[in-house]
Amino acid sequence: MSSILSVRNLEAFYGAFKVLHGLDFDIEEGGVTTLLGANGAGKTTTLRAICGMTHRKGTIEFGGRSLVSMKTEDIARLGIAHVPEGRGTFATLTVEENLQLGAMTRKRDAALDSDLEEVYRYFPRLRERASQQAGTLSGGEQQMLAIGRALMLRPKLMLLDEPSFGLAPLVVEELFSILADIKTNMNVSMLLVEQNASLALELADSAYLIETGTIALSGAAEEIRNNESVRSVYLGY
Amino acid sequence: MSLSEREATSLEAREAGTAVRATSASALAQVGVLAVLVVLPFVLSGFQVFQLNMMLIYAIAILGLNLLTGINGQFSLGHGAFYAAGAYVAAIIMDHFGLGYAWTIPAAGLVCFVIGFLFGLPALRLEGIYLALATFALAVATPQFLKLSLLEEWTNGVQGIVILKPDAPFGLPLTPDQWLYFFTLAIGLLLYWMARNIVASRSGRALMAIRDNPIAARSMGINIALYKALAFGVSALFTGIAGALGAIVVQFVAPDSFGFVLSVALLVGLVVGGVGWLPGALVGGAFVVFVPNIAEEFSKGLSGAMYGVILILLIYLMPTGAGGLIRTIADRMKRH
Amino acid sequence: MEIFLQQVLSGIATGGIYACMALAIVMIYQAIHTLNFAQGEMAMFSTFIAWELLQWGIPYWAAFFLTIALSLVGGFLVERIIFKPIENAPLLSHIVVFIALFAIFNSLAGFIWDFSIKPFPSPFGTSTLFGSGLIGAHQAGMIVVTLAVLLLLFIFFRYTRVGLAMRAAAANPESARLVGIRVSMMTGLGWGMAAAIGAIAGMMIAPIVFLEPNMMLTILLYGFAGAVLGGLTSPGGAVVGGLLVGVVENLAGIYIPVVGAELKLPIALFLIIAVLVFKPSGLFGQTVVQRV
Repeated sequence: MSSILSVRNLEAFYGAFKVLHGLDFDIEEGGVTTLLGANGAGKTTTLRAICGMTHRKGTIEFGGRSLVSMKTEDIARLGIAHVPEGRGTFATLTVEENLQLGAMTRKRDAALDSDLEEVYRYFPRLRERASQQAGTLSGGEQQMLAIGRALMLRPKLMLLDEPSFGLAPLVVEELFSILADIKTNMNVSMLLVEQNASLALELADSAYLIETGTIALSGAAEEIRNNESVRSVYLGY
Repeated sequence: MSLSEREATSLEAREAGTAVRATSASALAQVGVLAVLVVLPFVLSGFQVFQLNMMLIYAIAILGLNLLTGINGQFSLGHGAFYAAGAYVAAIIMDHFGLGYAWTIPAAGLVCFVIGFLFGLPALRLEGIYLALATFALAVATPQFLKLSLLEEWTNGVQGIVILKPDAPFGLPLTPDQWLYFFTLAIGLLLYWMARNIVASRSGRALMAIRDNPIAARSMGINIALYKALAFGVSALFTGIAGALGAIVVQFVAPDSFGFVLSVALLVGLVVGGVGWLPGALVGGAFVVFVPNIAEEFSKGLSGAMYGVILILLIYLMPTGAGGLIRTIADRMKRH
Repeated sequence: MEIFLQQVLSGIATGGIYACMALAIVMIYQAIHTLNFAQGEMAMFSTFIAWELLQWGIPYWAAFFLTIALSLVGGFLVERIIFKPIENAPLLSHIVVFIALFAIFNSLAGFIWDFSIKPFPSPFGTSTLFGSGLIGAHQAGMIVVTLAVLLLLFIFFRYTRVGLAMRAAAANPESARLVGIRVSMMTGLGWGMAAAIGAIAGMMIAPIVFLEPNMMLTILLYGFAGAVLGGLTSPGGAVVGGLLVGVVENLAGIYIPVVGAELKLPIALFLIIAVLVFKPSGLFGQTVVQRV
């Protein structure tokens, strides 16, 4: 399996404070890689570091290009869609405007309109609320909107930061089944950061476990799921 | 002890040492500044002592503004109004009632506290940009208010009120300028001490909690309405006293000297000194008094442009004011 | 009743000035989410540039559009050059830089063109509208121009990509970057547009109040009041707000006893504040729900 994103010795800082201490990982092309770990382990920071939203050092290679000195908006233009922590919706704009913004850097053509249709097919509730202010949507709907917006970029790589956060279990199940659909039908690689380890490991092909800014464990999702310590600490059985 | 335990203890010791060094450095600095302030009037000319006096007065006014904006997070673009109120209270007391200037200080403080508190009540519902606009309206209204024919009997309308400069009491060997300077300095030190105590107290923490997260503060049981209105009142008290002192020192009050330019100057002084950093008030006061003069030295015709350029450069160098700069230096020193 | 109507009309006429200014203010608010205190001075400076162009013999409408173009570029450059170094500074520091710009533009204008009052021509003539005696031709023309600008802005923000990108960049700069928007460019463009609209406002206002460096301060204040009254998120609201401020100012002067005439400005401002106490987001603004 070739790797679409290659990270070596990634360090990240909040001000002078170092939070990531030299991470090494690869994201396989066309697959789902998940990053697991407890609160504060550094999962969100990793995604932010990839996108240039925080001060970072090291090597980040994407499609033969180095991301480590690029600005966030240029990284997005390369085809990396980040679904951030807290959804990052444009609350004062409508649902449809939010989705259109996802495609902001693409050429305005027929493919764009058909992509919008496809997003509405995945998330019918968004079609119902197309002209509603995005801030009035429920948490689950906003998460769908955030993922929809990311899809509108026609990304090669999608970064998802804790999509299950703050959502009711039924909503989370629905969300993950849609993600599974997207995985099967679309040619997009995913880096999924999640606290809900069992759901993540069901979806993922490979997994990394982060503890206080370093990678403690890595391997195929199946392996990690069956790992004794992971089971007791993160999966609860 | 394991290696990490030893590291932790030595880090603690280093940090404690730095903290002690920092406190003694700051104490030394404060004593130094005070010493300079005490000595200066004896080596400077009368006019320069007057300027220094105005610097202290504006510092007191900015201290008041800092309590409201820096500590409690409420914007005010209208503090010139409280300064004017204090000035006119002083002028009216001395001119109309013939009382001594010492009485004007507590009177101005009390009257301005009430005015500030009363203004703080409707201001409760306004936040950020809307509060800024409301206070700005207050600043613009002040000269027009003072010129009102209704109030002319007290304010003397556009012509203003002239006050006689008091002499040093008890036959002290001080010129009137020097005496007034020390009078201001004493009051300034007292008010600064009060301000520090307020900030360090429970009320101070409540004020800061309201600034940082009003919803959380309310859920902790803090009476937001009361504290915010009180903050306005106390802030106005400080600035009102500054106004009274200003009236006595300048010996003249007139409506047009208290326009929005004054309010803007106080705000600029606040930011240059450092929002939330009380000692910065002195830096702000110095800026208000001396920089316009420097700008004029450069070019009479372009003095405004020069002032603007100096201001922008200062903000580039110290985006968070003198207070922010000192904090950055202290941080850097801590790392060594 | 007739006097009342006349006063209202007269108020609308003056209100047109405030509406124009308010539109420029809201424009910049949409781009950077703060009020630019130097907006009036920049508009005044643009108007002086127009005046200079006219002095050089350039015909009115050519000078008009050239000034708009120059102001667009100028506003963009001011943002990119002066505000870039303090991008991450706190709000109050930004406000102080606005104040500095105010001082610079005011002083420069006085230095280059002196403080004497100069007449500025109106493309609509000086008589009343179609000779009706109801409202001046220029006042009416000014309101039409303001509405035209409003319409163009509406189309720009609602139906163009750049307009959407600008709204997004102001609403949530981080998310905007995540979809590839160059936020700093959008901010610069917003400033440029605000400066351009300010120039239009200045050129519309100068024929009435005459051109001199201090002409814009009270108008800026009334413009703020109108913008806030209408709701800072609504350009249409800003126009209505501006017109209302003109009407209120006029009526307050006539109908509030004793102090009305002397306190026109503060009364108008305080009435607006009263509205805000009951409807903080203004008459037409969007209420944004704050989640803890």
